Amino acid sequence: MDLTAAFREQGRVDKLLRHIRQEAAGEYIFMEVCGGHTTAIQSYGIPGLLPQGIRLISGPGCPVCVTSRSFIDHAVALTGLPEVTVATFGDLVKVPGSESSLEREKAGGADIRIVYSVNEAINLAEKNYERKVVFLAVGFETTAPGTAAGVLDAGRRGIKNFFILSAHKIMPPAMRAVVTGGTQVNGFICPGHVSAITGSGIYLFLPDDFGIGCVISGFEPLDILQSVLMLIRQVNLKRPEVEIQYTRAVKPEGNKRAVLIMNQVFRVSDDWWRGFGTIPGSGLRLRAEYENIDAEKVFPAFAEKNIDEGDCICGEILRGAGTPGECPLFGKVCRPGNPAGACMVSSEGACNVYFKYSRYA
Amino acid sequence: MPDRNTRILLGHGSGGEMMQSLLDDLFLPHFGKPFPEGMADSAVLPVSSLLPVFTTDSYVVDPVFFPGGNIGKIAICGTVNDLAVTGAKPRYISAGFIIEEGLPMATLREIVISMAEEAAKADVKIVTGDTKVVERGKADRLFINTAGIGYMEGRHYHIHRGRKVVPGDKILINGFIGDHSIAVLSARESLNFSTSSFSDCAALGGMIGELLQKSEGVHWMRDVTRGGLATVLCEFAGSAGFGVRLMESAIPVRESVTSACNMLGLDPLYLANEGKVVIVTDGSVADNVLSLIKMHPYGANAAIIGEITGLHPGEVVLQTAIGGSRMVHPMSGEQLPRIC
Repeated sequence: MDLTAAFREQGRVDKLLRHIRQEAAGEYIFMEVCGGHTTAIQSYGIPGLLPQGIRLISGPGCPVCVTSRSFIDHAVALTGLPEVTVATFGDLVKVPGSESSLEREKAGGADIRIVYSVNEAINLAEKNYERKVVFLAVGFETTAPGTAAGVLDAGRRGIKNFFILSAHKIMPPAMRAVVTGGTQVNGFICPGHVSAITGSGIYLFLPDDFGIGCVISGFEPLDILQSVLMLIRQVNLKRPEVEIQYTRAVKPEGNKRAVLIMNQVFRVSDDWWRGFGTIPGSGLRLRAEYENIDAEKVFPAFAEKNIDEGDCICGEILRGAGTPGECPLFGKVCRPGNPAGACMVSSEGACNVYFKYSRYA
Repeated sequence: MPDRNTRILLGHGSGGEMMQSLLDDLFLPHFGKPFPEGMADSAVLPVSSLLPVFTTDSYVVDPVFFPGGNIGKIAICGTVNDLAVTGAKPRYISAGFIIEEGLPMATLREIVISMAEEAAKADVKIVTGDTKVVERGKADRLFINTAGIGYMEGRHYHIHRGRKVVPGDKILINGFIGDHSIAVLSARESLNFSTSSFSDCAALGGMIGELLQKSEGVHWMRDVTRGGLATVLCEFAGSAGFGVRLMESAIPVRESVTSACNMLGLDPLYLANEGKVVIVTDGSVADNVLSLIKMHPYGANAAIIGEITGLHPGEVVLQTAIGGSRMVHPMSGEQLPRIC
């Protein structure tokens, strides 16, 4: 039986929509931070069901989209080393670097393998002991514990030819940057899977410091509609707080074991985000005791400057200061088959999602 | 079994004695003699007063065996379906094999046997063929090209052009979408997931033929292969000058496919099928057409999934499971797995 069908049930959807229409008074701008939410919202046609005054805008929660150009350049440089195999998630290969992309290098014969998990990359290293396998570790709190567990596992198995190039990032500092950067937001729909790991306390600064409410939401249509209603009520009552809508997956304290492993392997560092520049304390890098597998240390590359590209407004879109439709390139020169910016590359990038599900010229 | 430990060698494609033995021991016993004089480089076909329809397709599926089929079965079904959806009755098939040196003879035999079985089921004859062998590493195991000829009655000529399609027509599909893609993906070694999915690979000539005999209501048909239901309907809307309205909750998708899609970040609307046809039918007889299709085993799970509309010409709009609506575009680039 389909356990998620109940979360799309028409009767319940209609009931929630009735409440939303009754209680919404005026204008609301809610940011869904996570690319998974953007996908659900657009693919179910949720904006068209909401009253006019409620605007949902996308945020910086697509890891591929915010990954720096210099990270791609570093990965491309690694593919030039004869002893190196680069293992990466599929979404990353199309992201344009300064001069090339992993996809282009792969077509030219570079040893680049698409993997679905860090474990696959470790197995690849074990099988090909004469190669140095570098795993491109991207993602937020949702994937970082997996990478960390992989690092520990590779150590236990005595695999010496496995390396990590980390661009792992954490979400709360970027949300702070959205607010301090001046984007007007009345509430955040927070990524449920991040809080499944790190709990709900990570967002307390939003109501406490900025008076903005948050609801940690699941990914089914009913989850999102319920979260919207909860945010409307917070705004109407002027009582911003951190609420958990996604109670079936998120506990206030999160997953302590996953956090422990993540902290054992990674330390917090400053990191560069597309659209934001350097955000203090927003990155995860390997701790000193793992520097023998840290590709940043073992295979240093010249750091290119991180410059946003031409007319592409990926940066504004990631800050919530622009929408895909406002980009002059969207749907014209920039399409999923020929992306100009990172937001069109990832299947959960805002431009890619809007392109798939909305009308474009 | 004489195939034990024997493999295809370069000599099997040389045109000499080894190739003759491959023909005599493998191809001819299974494909049979299409005509009393046997099989030749060229087949001389009987004349017909009907309209000849001609198609060709190449098959490179990886891996060559997957749950529910293999490259040989697809090579017959795909070409039969290309012919059948025009409204023609598929009759004759050619089969060209490009084989990588070292392919086990037993593998080739198994594939050839399923081609023969599928051709018999679809009532088509394999009348001519060709075999080439390339050095190891120059091809991936086996590629097959099939071409096919069918014959069409004049009264069905309008179907492939969609000339009778009007707003109010209903859109049907003959069963679950996406099974083939997920079955093939699950058979790939690099993908660490298992599923209960079987390819829907099937030759639809029989089902379509019966439908066309019993109903005049068919206005357009297309097999739903690469690019999936979304791409087929977008192409149709683009060329027909009408809009398409789809009902998400009416589109048959198995739970196993839905879960695999959720895991891999794929959309069932874009998954490839090998035994699916989308049919546009006169709105007033749509229920009758549906029940006719449902009588056939390949149409048991058929459903009406949408309709043709005069609104939004050229566009496909999906009414989502929760009552919202969104655009459906043709596949652009490829579907990539999600990472967070």
